[in-house]
Amino acid sequence: MIVKRKPLNLLERLYLPAIAGGFKVTLRHFFKKKVTMQYPEEKWAVPPGYRGAPYLVRDQEGNTKCVSCQLCEFVCPPKAIKIIPPGPAGRLADRPNAEKMPAEFEINMLRCIFCGFCQEVCPEEAIFLQKDYSLTGASRAEMIYNKEKLLALGGTHPGIQKWKHKLEEAKEQENFPVKV
Amino acid sequence: MSAAPTTETKPAPPAIEKIKVKVDGREIEVPRLTADWSGKLMPTTMIQACELAKTDVPHYCYHPKLPIAGNCRMCLVEFGTPALGPDRKPILNPDGTPKVVKSPRPAIACATPVSPGMEIYSNTPGVKQMREGVLEFLLINHPLDCPICDQAGECKLQEYSVDYGQSASRFVEPKVHKPKSVDLGPRIMLDDERCILCTRCIRFTKDIAGDDALGIINRGSFNTLTAYPGKAFDNNYTLNTVDICPVGALTSKDFRFQMRVWFLKETKSVCTSCATGCNILIGSREKKIYRYTPRENDAVNGPWMCDYGRLNYKWIGREDRLTKVQSPKSKVQGQPASWSSALTEIAELLKKTPAGSVAIIASARQTNEELWLISKLKAKLGAISDSVSRMGEGDKLLVSADKNPNTNGAQLTGIAANLMGANLPKIVEGIRNGKIKTLIVFGEDVTRHGMGADLLGKLETLIVSDILPNATTKLAHYLLPGCAHAEKRGTFTNTKGRVQKFMKAVEPPGDARPEWEFLHDLVCNVTGQDGFLTIEGLFNEMANAVSALNGLTWAGIGDAGVTVKI
Repeated sequence: MIVKRKPLNLLERLYLPAIAGGFKVTLRHFFKKKVTMQYPEEKWAVPPGYRGAPYLVRDQEGNTKCVSCQLCEFVCPPKAIKIIPPGPAGRLADRPNAEKMPAEFEINMLRCIFCGFCQEVCPEEAIFLQKDYSLTGASRAEMIYNKEKLLALGGTHPGIQKWKHKLEEAKEQENFPVKV
Repeated sequence: MSAAPTTETKPAPPAIEKIKVKVDGREIEVPRLTADWSGKLMPTTMIQACELAKTDVPHYCYHPKLPIAGNCRMCLVEFGTPALGPDRKPILNPDGTPKVVKSPRPAIACATPVSPGMEIYSNTPGVKQMREGVLEFLLINHPLDCPICDQAGECKLQEYSVDYGQSASRFVEPKVHKPKSVDLGPRIMLDDERCILCTRCIRFTKDIAGDDALGIINRGSFNTLTAYPGKAFDNNYTLNTVDICPVGALTSKDFRFQMRVWFLKETKSVCTSCATGCNILIGSREKKIYRYTPRENDAVNGPWMCDYGRLNYKWIGREDRLTKVQSPKSKVQGQPASWSSALTEIAELLKKTPAGSVAIIASARQTNEELWLISKLKAKLGAISDSVSRMGEGDKLLVSADKNPNTNGAQLTGIAANLMGANLPKIVEGIRNGKIKTLIVFGEDVTRHGMGADLLGKLETLIVSDILPNATTKLAHYLLPGCAHAEKRGTFTNTKGRVQKFMKAVEPPGDARPEWEFLHDLVCNVTGQDGFLTIEGLFNEMANAVSALNGLTWAGIGDAGVTVKI
């Protein structure tokens, strides 16, 4: 198909009316409400339910919730999570009853795609996608977040504390029927 | 002695009468009698018939290699038998087939013998309901601590709950709590809350291991598995109870909290701790080996293995493994030599040696292929050779007194003297009187076998290949880092003459190379004859050359191995 170009008329060939029209638009916007956000001085208010970077959380008593079941490591599509389990001689968990907690927990934030599978699969409600969306670092090593960093960034998430309740239930039954 | 390879020589079993039964409407023929755990012929049970019909019947307490207990009730099935009239003759349907009357009650498939014409129904709504009910009861007091349980991923309670259970629990009362993380023995951790009281471990340790150490105390919901008071559960077979425990009640202390099982790559291999050669699976992830588990092979180890062999894997991942090739030149320069330059130099040296001036001490821990390649070298150089015997204590079950995994291989390939170690004094004497100027050592610390540093100092050339550093490797002129069995492929010939192959589980560290690979290069350089560069070709070539192995092929020996005449 051939599109025929109409020859420009005199006014159009002058250009000046078009330039004036352009300036008129610019001038109108000078007095309108500003829409550009001054990032990074000004930050976007993240809506609830936003899926940002995954961090580890502590329970209301400040204990690590993660028991290093490694389901998040298994489900992670980009293989960003690496967990080192405590091993037989490892330090006991910092909370009662649940015998296991990770010796090390690393998320490579360069690999993480913020998909939320880790949060979905976690049986302990120990990892949540939080509101950070812009992570920066000066090196690749700096972008691998370790357990301390993830826990510090994650904050607290009050939960049902099932291990604590199990322990309390067990204590009530301690001398019943016979102490083994 | 070119005997055709055979499987285990056993007297031909007497012909067993076959009977016809129907499993879920499909008619199959099953033998009337089947060997039980101890090998005694017993009437075939419904669960065995279902297995022959390829129908899965879930079960906890039943194990084909253990006495029947029949306490878990998971294998309940419905069945029917041909009805008999008052004249004791089968009642016939109008179409002439025998009338089958369904039993009013279900039966446990593991302990009910089959009878001719029996029909087993494993898939009826009633059976499904029974399985749901049994699982609901089993889960009443189960702690559901799968996130911290080492069994998760290979737990029958998890699997059957998904396959046959209900999705939700109706139980709202508090669960009965029992002792957790009980130290049952030096290698076993017990969690009583997880136990479903199937008694497999009790039967194993009493009837198979012959150590009546475990039992159940208290009653009803408070049933608790425990060891005899004041007695540790510490026989050499305790870790088998971890394998047969269908739940996470018994867990290995060694594997505790190390790695989740779904990450482990399982490689078929053979245990090298003694001449029995138990078939194993190596569980590894990336470059690390996490555990050995027995692999069922009725001709060798059944489904069991000893604790010593199972835990004897940590040396493979040791930090001080030999990883660099060393030659006299590289020692001076302080830099590792390259494989090609070292092998060429060694070949040049060996070519120049006069006949009778070379001695080879190979190891009966090496594979058949490697020993055969060494025997080619030996023939070319006219060398004297031997290997070191390791005798220890055996037992009646699996542990062999011979601690070398491949004594028979060393003898079949002609590397070891007829009485292993008989040539060692001759080699010592040869070095002492200066007749032997070159010594090639594979995987043995000869300083412990009569060749001290002063004697080795007399040698012109000492060529050593090993995996871990020792006094001999320190004195070596040429040091060639080798591989553990988990890092290469090959075959061993066990104490009964069973040739078994093993696969590679992890990568060797640093520059270490499988011995058969560099031996192939070395033999090629020395003799000028090229051989096969693949383990399959090498094995087949060796099988043609070694009379006892005639007729074997790499593919033909399969996962279970083949017994040859030794």
